[in-house]
Amino acid sequence: MFWTSWFLAVLAVGLAWPVPIVFSRAQWPARSPFTAMLLWQSIALAGGLSMIGAMLTYGLAPVGDNLLAGLRSLAGIVFRNAPSTELGFWHIFALSAAALLTAHLVFTLLLTYYRIQRQRRRHRELLGLLASPSADGTGTMVLNLESPVAYCLPGGARSVTVLSDGLLAALEPAELRAVLVHENAHLSQHHHLLLWAFAAWRQALPWLPTTRLAQEAVNSLIEMLADDVALKCESRATLIKAIAIVASGSTGAPAVQMAFGEPDASDVGAGQPGATGGAGSAGTTASRVSRLLSPQPPLPEPLRLAVLAASLLLLAAPTALLIVPGLLG
Amino acid sequence: MASLGDLERAVMDLLWAGQEAATANTLRDLLAKSTRAEGGSAGHEGKDLAVTTVLTVLSRLERKGLVERERGTRPHRYQSVSSREEHTAELMHEVLGSAPDREAVLARFIGSVTDTEAETLRKLLGRN
Repeated sequence: MFWTSWFLAVLAVGLAWPVPIVFSRAQWPARSPFTAMLLWQSIALAGGLSMIGAMLTYGLAPVGDNLLAGLRSLAGIVFRNAPSTELGFWHIFALSAAALLTAHLVFTLLLTYYRIQRQRRRHRELLGLLASPSADGTGTMVLNLESPVAYCLPGGARSVTVLSDGLLAALEPAELRAVLVHENAHLSQHHHLLLWAFAAWRQALPWLPTTRLAQEAVNSLIEMLADDVALKCESRATLIKAIAIVASGSTGAPAVQMAFGEPDASDVGAGQPGATGGAGSAGTTASRVSRLLSPQPPLPEPLRLAVLAASLLLLAAPTALLIVPGLLG
Repeated sequence: MASLGDLERAVMDLLWAGQEAATANTLRDLLAKSTRAEGGSAGHEGKDLAVTTVLTVLSRLERKGLVERERGTRPHRYQSVSSREEHTAELMHEVLGSAPDREAVLARFIGSVTDTEAETLRKLLGRN
């Protein structure tokens, strides 16, 4: 138990600082975004698991040879007032911290879910009053707005893709198709679930480098994944042109301020780069475009398999360390 | 009979277009007039519209925080809380907004771009 907890602690520290920092600087995720996405998920899951596991095994070491035995004796101490003399201050401290961290993570996940759902419901209500259903497709709504905007609002069967009048006016039919396929890819690949999980992960532990880096990486990887789907039915040039038109027409701030009716707002807005930029979103557009302009071949098969194996190992190692000794013993 | 959603939309359109607060009766008449103006067989929908239905729609909109009732007058007069443009801006703030929690709600086609990026993209467009 003692060595298990040390190993898990080292793993937790590694996954919280050096590993995500090195990984976030790697160039290959743009070549194989799906593989990179899997690795980020396993870094996050294994990181959380080893953090909690390290504290749990350290705290339980005096009362059991493995996690299951330790938990059984802990239950005895808590519920049947069994003698607890083996547990010192630091053991109890570690156990409380493990319990608090677990509760904090679960609670933040649920709270984020609730907040997102509430925000989506409100957004959908307003869309129902402000936007009109598009003529050419179900699940598409058109918003009366001059700046080119496209986004999707996930919600199961009520998922909707929203386009602005400005976007419809600015894009050729093929470019518009590319935008729609891109947005539908977000919905069909359930990217909102990834965004939710990583937003909650960051909200729960905002000071941990891994949560910020992971969220930024995931934000940009889902765009690349959706671009790849769009490339299956429209040409590279069409997609690049669509991105360029939408991006050059919406430098963020002007759209919002124009809607407030300030005539010279676009100049003000353009003078404040990043004022409305979500974290990493500017970099996302740049990396998307550069990856489309100079396409790189996907990661070679053996390397991809190696990354997949590493992702699996990252998850399997802490899980096995925590559970297997108890099953054998 | 039009669905509640359609009616909510029609009522909001009237309140947004009108300058001052209106009673449910006024709104009912306006709704009847506008459906009649659209003409044809749809005309009967507006005529059948009961004031109680309009009140139901108004109270739903009030609960959603879109409409407010003037206190102290009888019958109650209703008006929109914000203009259509303000509500659109509210949506766009969520879509383009900076707060990290907004990021999680929506996946938009293009995030904010910096000036230099926008310039590069404009050049790119010129070349094509």
